[in-house]
Amino acid sequence: MCKTAGLALVWVLGWAILATPLAAADRIVIGSKNFEESRLLAEMFAQLLEERTQLQVERRLGLAGTQVCFEALKNGAIDVYPEYTGTGLVSILNEKAAGPPAQTLNRVRSEFLSRWNLWWLAPLGFENSWEIAVPAELAEREHLETISDLARVSKRLHGGFGHEFVGREDGLLGLQKIYGLEFGSVDHLQQALQYQAAKERRIDALDVYSTDGRLILYNLKVLRDDRRFFPPYEAAALVRGETLKRHPEVGTVLGLLAGSLDEDTMRALNLRLQEGHESEAVVARDALRKLGLSKENGRTAQREIQGTGILAYLWGARRDLGRLTLQHLGLSAAALALGALFAIPLGLWLERQRRWAETVIRILGIFQTVPSLALLAFMIPFLGVGTLPAIAALWIYSLFPIVRNTYTGVRDADPKAVEAATALGMTPGQILREIRLPLAAPVVMAGLRTAAVLTVGTATLAAFIGAGGLGEPIVTGLQLANTAMILSGAIPAALLALLVDAGLGWVERKLRPAGLEGR
Amino acid sequence: MPADPLLEAAGVAKTYGDGTVALGGVSLAVRPGETVALVGESGSGKTTLLRTFNAMVKPSAGEVRVEGKPVSGLDPIALRRRIGYVPQDGGLIPHWRISKNVELVPRLLGWERSRRQARSREMLSLVGLDSSTHANRYPAELSGGQRQRVAFARALAADPPLILLDEPFGALDALTRLELHRQFLDLKKSLGKTTVLVTHDLAEAFRLADRIGVMRGGRLLQLGTPDELAKSPADPYVEALLEMRRV
Repeated sequence: MCKTAGLALVWVLGWAILATPLAAADRIVIGSKNFEESRLLAEMFAQLLEERTQLQVERRLGLAGTQVCFEALKNGAIDVYPEYTGTGLVSILNEKAAGPPAQTLNRVRSEFLSRWNLWWLAPLGFENSWEIAVPAELAEREHLETISDLARVSKRLHGGFGHEFVGREDGLLGLQKIYGLEFGSVDHLQQALQYQAAKERRIDALDVYSTDGRLILYNLKVLRDDRRFFPPYEAAALVRGETLKRHPEVGTVLGLLAGSLDEDTMRALNLRLQEGHESEAVVARDALRKLGLSKENGRTAQREIQGTGILAYLWGARRDLGRLTLQHLGLSAAALALGALFAIPLGLWLERQRRWAETVIRILGIFQTVPSLALLAFMIPFLGVGTLPAIAALWIYSLFPIVRNTYTGVRDADPKAVEAATALGMTPGQILREIRLPLAAPVVMAGLRTAAVLTVGTATLAAFIGAGGLGEPIVTGLQLANTAMILSGAIPAALLALLVDAGLGWVERKLRPAGLEGR
Repeated sequence: MPADPLLEAAGVAKTYGDGTVALGGVSLAVRPGETVALVGESGSGKTTLLRTFNAMVKPSAGEVRVEGKPVSGLDPIALRRRIGYVPQDGGLIPHWRISKNVELVPRLLGWERSRRQARSREMLSLVGLDSSTHANRYPAELSGGQRQRVAFARALAADPPLILLDEPFGALDALTRLELHRQFLDLKKSLGKTTVLVTHDLAEAFRLADRIGVMRGGRLLQLGTPDELAKSPADPYVEALLEMRRV
């Protein structure tokens, strides 16, 4: 029994170490944010580098937002990710967006170089910024090409804008000042509803992101921002200077994409991801092939899961799911093993130092209330992205139930038996080993069980910081609004939690010392 | 000339950190082979006094001597292994079989297995339990009276010169208690152990003890044979206590 536990521990620790990727010299890590276009661009970077360099490419797609990506890049957890110049200026440098695209690019380039040695490569050729769109047939009928054109006729029209857009100086308020854009009436709509409303012509103009695939689907025309009101959001690869120094070929190869993609192309590609439920791997390969940048010609698109139902989908994705399940279990097991290794001794120590007990347990309880995603994000500046910060965050969550149960279990173990054993000359060490611990074992195990279920559940969020696991299809599925994909992660994750709970429940009963039945 | 006392308390006092006085300076001597009962209400200090004898409580003043040696100078672990102890509820270790419970102190003293097992069988039959039916059971599978017998067997297993009993019959029903009283008197006669018995039951003390010490508010009011107490109570409280017993 002890031997098995020992072996299991060695296995788990070994896994934890192996799973933490060592910074191999010939490895490059591509990151992306958690929306379709960012993932697609990152996948294109990755495939291009795989084909045209000797580097081993690792993907960390779907990181939770600008902050996470940027921190990860800064501390070297990733080497490159697609970013937008406007985002760099506004969200990272905290400056006001202004001026033509070249000015914005030059500004972020020089600042990022001098502050962090991060390189903006040549822009990819398109902008994904806020724009105003109108139904195509309206544009044709009224001869609308630019926002200035729209301002001529807008008094007769009905606007439908997102809540955020209406109230902002860099949104509708500013447009009114610069263009004199006044609508007959304005509706505040959820983004998801705007497109449908436009299709049904309940609204005549809406705010959009310029490369949104739904512009094609709903037959909308983007009006040119002829007075350059909206800040430019040019897409480009953002790369670590150190990476370029080590592997100059990264800059050269990614440079092949400079100026190669326009808004129309991006809309079409995004549409395939948004509505066609295709994987970014397939869409990226097609895009590279069309640009003539792919070496593999004629090969049909790789694995594409097209099931009729969720079961077919699960079956089709079984290989990936197997790998993700192992990854998920590994993350959880490593966090839990480390948690037990730390929390059980801590619980025992607190039982000896009771005046600290309440304070320490309360502090651990406070950690428990920190939202999981916030805790994960908090780890990034210290530990980067990937497996390590995920294990660290899960580890913190596992501590409270284990410490609390160890402490109370040992403290409350049959006080009369402990008293008698003391009076008959057992040493405190003997009492701990022979009486308190065996009697507390089921309680400690119950704490471990709680922690395990919690960890397996929370580990789905690890995908947000690129640690993989069953959260990966959930996160991707949410971004692609693909229910089958979401369920392909959620169902195994739930089953895993139930299995772990049942398994540890069995261990808990086995650990229950004989002689305690019916007490 | 009486034999040297096996157990002595000289001005033993105990004041807790919060100022509570549990013992206000108690002196007594217990001779080899005699049974002394400490009687008093809860809070009288009788249990605290008992616990100073096996170093479970450290006196804040005064001295306890066992076999003439001051307890404060002895290793408490070694001392306790030479003093038998039976608490009110038996204090058996719930996940240990009866035999393992009885063998506790012999095991701590490093006796060999075969000697321990023989001793455990002997002790169980001494307290009236059949070793073949009970040795392999767990405490929860026994009745309250049986558990208390096991606790006595455990206390006697390593043949200690001194036995401390803390209300050992307190939680038993009347019939079982009478039966165990009878057993106790048999053991007393056959083993001749020096025993200190804490009880709140004066009748029990009269029945089982050679001498009785009446305690109240952390003081020993009187120590004497049942006859001496009955004939010449030294304190109005002792008198009242005896009066109550008569009614």
